[in-house]
Amino acid sequence: MIRKTVANVTDALVGVQDGMTFMLGGFGLCGIPENAISELVKLGVNDITCISNNAGVDDFGLGLLLQKHQIKKMVSSYVGENDEFERQMLSGELEVELTPQGTLAEKCRAAQAGFPAFFTPAGYGTEVAQGKEVREFNGKMYILEEAFKADFAFVKAWKGDAAGNLIFKGTARNFNPCMCGAATITVAEVEELVPVGELDPNQIHIPGIFVQRIFQGKDYEKRIEQRTVRQK
Amino acid sequence: MLDKNGIAKRIAQEVEDGYYVNLGIGIPTLVANYVRDDISVEFQSENGILGMGPFPFDGEEDADLINAGKQTITALPGASFFDSVTSFAMIRGKHVDLTILGAMEVSENGDIANWKIPGKMVKGMGGAMDLVASAENIIVAMMHTNRAGESKLLKKCSLPLTGVGCVKKIVTNLAVLEVTNKGFLLLERAPGVTVEEIIEATEGALLVNGDVPEMKNV
Repeated sequence: MIRKTVANVTDALVGVQDGMTFMLGGFGLCGIPENAISELVKLGVNDITCISNNAGVDDFGLGLLLQKHQIKKMVSSYVGENDEFERQMLSGELEVELTPQGTLAEKCRAAQAGFPAFFTPAGYGTEVAQGKEVREFNGKMYILEEAFKADFAFVKAWKGDAAGNLIFKGTARNFNPCMCGAATITVAEVEELVPVGELDPNQIHIPGIFVQRIFQGKDYEKRIEQRTVRQK
Repeated sequence: MLDKNGIAKRIAQEVEDGYYVNLGIGIPTLVANYVRDDISVEFQSENGILGMGPFPFDGEEDADLINAGKQTITALPGASFFDSVTSFAMIRGKHVDLTILGAMEVSENGDIANWKIPGKMVKGMGGAMDLVASAENIIVAMMHTNRAGESKLLKKCSLPLTGVGCVKKIVTNLAVLEVTNKGFLLLERAPGVTVEEIIEATEGALLVNGDVPEMKNV
């Protein structure tokens, strides 16, 4: 078995530099790589490009990197929950590439699966299509979207083992699986790093081949963005 | 005139047995509350759940279980979780039967704008561009006019588009309308609303054929 385990988040992020492009899993604050984000803040890397569906909230998630102006460019589909983000974007301090959510996922998957590009109907006839090749298939119009290129992918899983195998929980799965293996180095942090052999091979969502480094995460806050309940 | 819940009630009448339905944020979310309980319907949320249930009971919230609006939810028996690629395969691959979403503007040829007001508000399109580009059955839920009293049913959208020629049906606080190749066809009036009031509130071409019935059970 090929072992992927590293001791901690510091070892997991070795090689991270200014100007790099990172993929970060998560939808809203659900399933985000909390430990990796904290470490990126601590390391103080600047001029980074972040590919992430959302931009966190003002004081959590990617909002922590935005506060310190470490992010040069964001590639996201929805950024409505972060006032500081909107301010930096409208003032021109932050470069933003808004991408339809399904296209964002597929651009990750294309990178993971070795496809340079793909055609999608999403965004045809809108400003998202500007400058992109358009082609008709069976009477419907599609635009050409290219695979992402990234230096690191930071993902968060529920359980994992030393082989790098991952299992996700609930809707915390979201963008995490398609980012595994979509960057030069994939770093997985897990809530529970279990002994090899404990995970049922039938239940594994991402095989270890897509993961280069895995570590036992700690101090997960798992903040809830919109607590909605009903009464008994 | 209908309130938001009235709009949701009317749209719920469009949901049929065996439908997989994607609900957008806002009024569309309310539709789930009014779907008949003698039919089988599954709600898809694009962040990765099919078989979405109601909000959890107080104290049973799970940070790993949310909908596309980032609200805590529950999973019904038979539910499944999946990644974002699979979720949009369901959407782009036309496996979802009905998409209900909100809009800032709709044009008489079915264009929709709902993601950006240049220089003022940029929240992003989220999954809306994928949904409107692929779905064959799209219903827009919205108020007929904006806060300034201006029509949201236009000849041509003034805001950046989310999709072109994709909206089939619109349910507003005043009316149910179908998008045809000649403009908005008035199908039903909200209770107590006259055809004249709807004409007044609609900037795009409006087709009125004979007597227009009032909506029922809203």
